[in-house]
Amino acid sequence: MTHSKKITVALVGNPNSGKTTLFNALTGLNQKVGNFPGVTVDKKVGACQISQLASKNKVDTEFIDLPGTYSLYPKSMDESISFQVLCDPKNEHHPDVNIIIVDASNLKRSLCLATQVIDLKTPCILALNMIDLIEKDGVNIDLKLLEEKLGITVVAINARKQIGIGNLKQAILNVKSRENKGSFVDIKNLCPDLIADIQKRIDSASDYNAFQIACNYKTITDFSADDKNRLNQIISQHKFIAKRLQATETVRRYKAIDQLLNACVEYPENSKNNSLTNRLDNILTHPIYGFVIFLGILFLIFQAVFSWSEYPMELIDNAISQLSQFVANTLPDGAINSLIVDGIIAGLGGIVIFVPQIAFLFAFIAILEDTGYMSRVSFITDKLLRGFGLSGRSIIPLLSGAACAIPAVMSARTIPNWKERIITIMVVPLMSCAARLPVYTLLISMMIPAEQKWFIFNLQGLTMMGFYLIGFVAAILIAWLMKYIIKSKERSYFVMEMPTYKTPDWKTVVYTIIEKVKVFLVDAGKIIIAISIVLWALSSYGPSQAFEDIESKYENTENAEVIIASEKLEASYAGIIGKSIEPAIAPLGFDWRIGISLITSFAAREVFVGTMSTIYSVGDADNTKSIREKLMSHKNPKTGEAFFTPAVALSLMLFYAFAMQCMSTLAIVFRETNSWKWPAIQFIYMSALAYLASLIAYQLLS
Amino acid sequence: MKNLSELKLGTKAVIDSFSDKELALKLMEMGCLPGERIHINRRAPLGDPIAVSISGYVLSIRKAEAETIFVNEIK
Repeated sequence: MTHSKKITVALVGNPNSGKTTLFNALTGLNQKVGNFPGVTVDKKVGACQISQLASKNKVDTEFIDLPGTYSLYPKSMDESISFQVLCDPKNEHHPDVNIIIVDASNLKRSLCLATQVIDLKTPCILALNMIDLIEKDGVNIDLKLLEEKLGITVVAINARKQIGIGNLKQAILNVKSRENKGSFVDIKNLCPDLIADIQKRIDSASDYNAFQIACNYKTITDFSADDKNRLNQIISQHKFIAKRLQATETVRRYKAIDQLLNACVEYPENSKNNSLTNRLDNILTHPIYGFVIFLGILFLIFQAVFSWSEYPMELIDNAISQLSQFVANTLPDGAINSLIVDGIIAGLGGIVIFVPQIAFLFAFIAILEDTGYMSRVSFITDKLLRGFGLSGRSIIPLLSGAACAIPAVMSARTIPNWKERIITIMVVPLMSCAARLPVYTLLISMMIPAEQKWFIFNLQGLTMMGFYLIGFVAAILIAWLMKYIIKSKERSYFVMEMPTYKTPDWKTVVYTIIEKVKVFLVDAGKIIIAISIVLWALSSYGPSQAFEDIESKYENTENAEVIIASEKLEASYAGIIGKSIEPAIAPLGFDWRIGISLITSFAAREVFVGTMSTIYSVGDADNTKSIREKLMSHKNPKTGEAFFTPAVALSLMLFYAFAMQCMSTLAIVFRETNSWKWPAIQFIYMSALAYLASLIAYQLLS
Repeated sequence: MKNLSELKLGTKAVIDSFSDKELALKLMEMGCLPGERIHINRRAPLGDPIAVSISGYVLSIRKAEAETIFVNEIK
């Protein structure tokens, strides 16, 4: 291998094998996260230069971290990516070398995937992870013999402690192909003619590669319809039944693995059987302690996302407002100034403000995943949630939705089943997030006097709690409904490994945070900025005649900025839309002013308070009253009584509880589902729910 | 012969066969093969799913999935 050529190396392994830790150890922060075309599977690619010991040549190496899988046969979108990269020779990431990472304490099961990958005949290296740990337990692995039997280089590593990484890099440069050795399963013996026919079409494919293509060609996105038709012809011509041969292959493969392990590995007479994990599980999956500890951890996460992030969020908020003031004062007045300050910086601020919450949530999720605790949470809550179309893995997204739906939707990725994941994503925004808090606070203070009590409880606080409860109940009920509506071909399995407990690897935690924040800022950011600019244009522009009239009307009035701003908002396109939807929202008790707020709230719910404050400034030239006083003093033009009756306030609160008024969430749902279909459905069903709830509440109470 | 969900906590058994061909493929890849020893480790607080030891590690499966695995108990 010369230094000019770049080597592509794929990292292959089971989930929980330490693959991501090894990837981080190999590439450091030289990683890029993107998406595989057409799917939402993260594509992690990292680069590194390896110096050849003898010649000091530097070799450019590109690593790709493939999604963890237990076998080459794909059962999910993630696994299909691993299959395609490894088995489709034309795939843009098809590797020159595979590193198969194997957890030494789990040799037997790991070798199923490992020997499949070896049988593909791409040059391979086996990275035996955490061998030092099992040697302590008295297990003895004859590495020389293992290397000989597998026919590939075996490197002992510990990815967490960074042991053996240098040896592994050198092994990449010195890798040899394994052409002359036989396969672990003689697949050609099972269907010789079929394999020969497929190899005529895909000439570089090994026997086992041809067999894998015959079994799973339908999932290969790079194959054209014509390719697939021809393969289909070959398969029906040979009466090939993939499932039956797959079963035969797996049985034979494990037989070969058993023989290999008998020769290479010695287990101690009385093995300890992972006693620490076992003892921890006695507590953590206990019917009482298990739930108590889980609730305690949830409380901690909730605290972190909700209140620890308050301080950094305030810092960001201040920095953004200073930036916008600076820009507003530096640039000359005009449309450009307004576009940058009120459109772009405001939109940017709306995104960056969520970074602390996302960082905290993902720090906790990474720790829970990395220690192995997450699979226990799924284990103890699975039955409870299954009745509602969710799974044990839905609990973290649902509860983090009470802080912010954005990281919550992103965290739904840990749900392996497509249908359960979609349902979780669809109902998460019903949980009362932090942005609803200012809206609720304002409206509750108008509806209920602060001193009113119910027994010893403050009625305002109880109402607030009630609204959190309404959100949760709505989420659960909608999930239950969707269980019957959404159809899925994918079966829901709960065949899940419960890995041994480990102390968290802090480097992995930090990398996870960086990666998630990056994904959020870049992917959701683009969409949010675009929508912010549209909303800015709608609320700052209107028919030009109307705007000039307002300017000239107050030409000689002093301190009229606030009135001008509010009258301009009324005359803007957003105002026109607000007025045009008034007939539709009148049955809910809303007027066009609330209509404008509903439209601008689409950017983010908390915008409601600011918009209402601007609109209701009419007639309050000094702008001295608080927002609450402004709203309270507003009279209904028809009855002459206060406009904000309890019925209106309640109707409005219910609207905010259910309506999908957060473009950041819609953007992230689009990103996570990779289609506009799901955010559209979500927007429509939540709007309909909000409208109905408000309509019923207002009509019953008024 | 019993199905796996009928076994008591702590019992050991040997896998005999599967009734769900599709699920069997997944289980076999995970190391649950006919002839393999399986040990009922624990039950989730609500009785479902269950955790079993197989091929040197712990696997969690739902009760409905355990019903498709036929085993011979080791006394």
